[in-house]
Amino acid sequence: MAFACIYIPDFLVQSVVRAEPVFRDGPLALISGTPPLWGVVAANPSALAAGIQLGMTKSQAAGFGNIQIRQRSESQEKAAHAAVLDAAWSISPRVEDTAPDTAVLDLDGLASLFGADETIARELARRVGAIGLVARVAVAANIEVAIHAARGFPGITIIPAGEERQRLGALPVGVLTTETETLDILERWGVETLEALAALPVLQLSERLGQSGVRLSELARGVRQRSLVLAQASSSFAEEMELDDAVEELEPLSFLLGRLLDQLCARLEARALAMRAVRVRFELQPSFEKDFQTLQEDLRTKPGVKQYEKVLTLPVPMRNAKTLLKLLRLQLQGEPPAAPIQKIYMMADAATPRVVQNGLFVPCGPDPEKLEVTIARLGKLVGEGNVGCAELVDNHRAESFRIARLVVASEQNKRRGKSEPNAEERHDTQGTVTGFRMVRPAQALRVEVRDEQPVRVYWRGMRGEVVAASGPWRSSGDWWQEDAWQLDEWDLEIEFSASSPVGAQHRCAPSRQNPNSLDAQEFSSYPQRGLYRIYYDALRQSWFVRGVYD
Amino acid sequence: MAASSLATLRSKIESDLRGRVASPFAYRDRNAFELVSTGIPEMDALVGGLPRGAMTEICGAACSGRTSLLLSALASRTAEGEVCALVDTRDSFDPLTADAAGIALGKLLWVRCQNIDQALQAADLLIQSGGFGLVAVDLTDVPSRTVRQVPLNAWFRFRRAVEDTPTILMLLEEESHAKTCASLVLRLQAQSAHWSQPANTHGSNSLGKFLAPSFARLLQGFPVQSEVVRSRIQMPANQSVINIRDAKPVVHHSSIFETKTIWSDFTKVPPTLNDLRR
Repeated sequence: MAFACIYIPDFLVQSVVRAEPVFRDGPLALISGTPPLWGVVAANPSALAAGIQLGMTKSQAAGFGNIQIRQRSESQEKAAHAAVLDAAWSISPRVEDTAPDTAVLDLDGLASLFGADETIARELARRVGAIGLVARVAVAANIEVAIHAARGFPGITIIPAGEERQRLGALPVGVLTTETETLDILERWGVETLEALAALPVLQLSERLGQSGVRLSELARGVRQRSLVLAQASSSFAEEMELDDAVEELEPLSFLLGRLLDQLCARLEARALAMRAVRVRFELQPSFEKDFQTLQEDLRTKPGVKQYEKVLTLPVPMRNAKTLLKLLRLQLQGEPPAAPIQKIYMMADAATPRVVQNGLFVPCGPDPEKLEVTIARLGKLVGEGNVGCAELVDNHRAESFRIARLVVASEQNKRRGKSEPNAEERHDTQGTVTGFRMVRPAQALRVEVRDEQPVRVYWRGMRGEVVAASGPWRSSGDWWQEDAWQLDEWDLEIEFSASSPVGAQHRCAPSRQNPNSLDAQEFSSYPQRGLYRIYYDALRQSWFVRGVYD
Repeated sequence: MAASSLATLRSKIESDLRGRVASPFAYRDRNAFELVSTGIPEMDALVGGLPRGAMTEICGAACSGRTSLLLSALASRTAEGEVCALVDTRDSFDPLTADAAGIALGKLLWVRCQNIDQALQAADLLIQSGGFGLVAVDLTDVPSRTVRQVPLNAWFRFRRAVEDTPTILMLLEEESHAKTCASLVLRLQAQSAHWSQPANTHGSNSLGKFLAPSFARLLQGFPVQSEVVRSRIQMPANQSVINIRDAKPVVHHSSIFETKTIWSDFTKVPPTLNDLRR
């Protein structure tokens, strides 16, 4: 039975550095409190070496010119703590959430997966490093020994069973988790190391310090046993970043989003998960003019923090931070926030990653991640609702379809079954279907009717004689609704006479609102003879062109 | 001495281009294409199929059968499990007809553009994205004078982009505009449409005309004559090879295929018991 402990030294500092890696090398001090009573609560070794002391006021710390001062961020600490647990869960399902900076894993049965204890410890350190933190890892047969060794020794520590007391002996008593008063008493006694503490007789220690003394003695000797308190694996993946200066432009915002996405993807990778959706929420900087107007309108209501939210839903689970950043950028370019951003909150909806198992005889399709970026770019180019795959709606109304999202991942992995005929089989049964081109929106035309049959049409400044006609194909529906329809459709073979321009009263002016509309000149190249489908709208009492057979 | 310096230069160029160009000095036969079915046996017999990694132009006036050929090609590719894309310049695609033609709509990315600029940009994005079996750019309703204004380097760019990929780039236009960039140019022309006979069982008197007028019939389709204008691909064995590098740019190889309206099968006379017994 072995336990591993992950300990993050200078946790407060590391959680800030994880979000802002530029502070990794230089001296950094964290302040906390309410202004003006700001005090230094944490500092990295280089800041401490420069003279920074915990408890200093902000102004005192600011006196050290070359030291970066940042506010302590509880949200970043929370995210870093969740990331540490994710890294632990990536190795073992039995994890104890001991403290924000400490997690303990049960390594029982993992040797066949990862190898020896030392290999597991190295892998743990590597995975914690991948999420942007530097960890100390210790492996021991006892939970408490592993915790104290991780807190006391740098790097990776392996303590074999039976050597606990000997190895822990050199550590200071400060590594023990106990009350400050007890540590002060031990200091007054001259007990500085765990070896000295372990040497004290338990009975006398109990008489002076009570049960706490007995517990400390057991901890110092490495014999205290307890069970692991298992933590429930969280399914929430969120990262936050509070900005000192509000961001206005998309380019610097992309860097921050990219950093958050990197962190989220690393956490998801540690848990062997992927993203199904990304939710981004920005807290926007209040603008003076708008707030002033709001106050004028209603002085009693206090305007809250303005927020901007965007949900990026993905067709297939993804974990590629670069692709996700491209998609987010495209969305934000389409709908940018109305004000500078002062806080970013990003949450991922986790899902099982897609299984990619292509066969030799399965045609290669577009890469789903690349395709999603392409569709997003196309959406930006032609409009969101104009890209996708058509999905027919079970309705007799003309143009009954909707645009759905193109998803190829699941279909692509299927081999073509017998139910899907190939080209030759399909042609044998079906033949070549006559193509039909829609005229969107349907355009009005004038029709002369004789003996209940169209005989002549006037369209786009041209006059056409009807050579053959088929109809009327009558349909109606939705009469109980406002958008009822009642149509008589005709298939016509029309022979246009090119040299017979009709008067301006027959010309169909192109719609200015609709860029699709064509003018008469554009149709000058239409054939002398063609097959058209027209319809008479009985409710509007007008004739329209539905489309052309091609 | 000169030979050794040439060899050194060659090896240096090869090492510099490693990872980007597989073998820069190897001879590549640019006319060797993988051909896939158009879905129309007559067309396959005529041109061998649609070339992958190349540009194919389908030309013809309106109502000439270009859309029928497009639908057939898309149906053929989607039936093989390939994902296709249609850049619809004038938003004229009809999903109902496409479904009836056998296109798996779930595998067809439809881009509804509003002008030719959007269409060209969309086509560029789709080709660069890769992985599509067929990318069709429908410019049929765009006036020729507008398409003529597209700079020739745009077509060269498309040709280069699809080269060495399994994508078929199909352009539908009134006239051929891509010039030598297109590996296959076909011209289509529709012939007289087929109509079903009016079901007049009441004689030719006024009562008969009243009960079964001349317009009580159905459009059943029309034949389409296809002609190979230009081809860089090798034709089937029984056809001669047409190459634009030959001195004869105009080639008269043609075939005719029939198109059928989606309801034409329903208008057939149902088989009798005797037919079934046979």
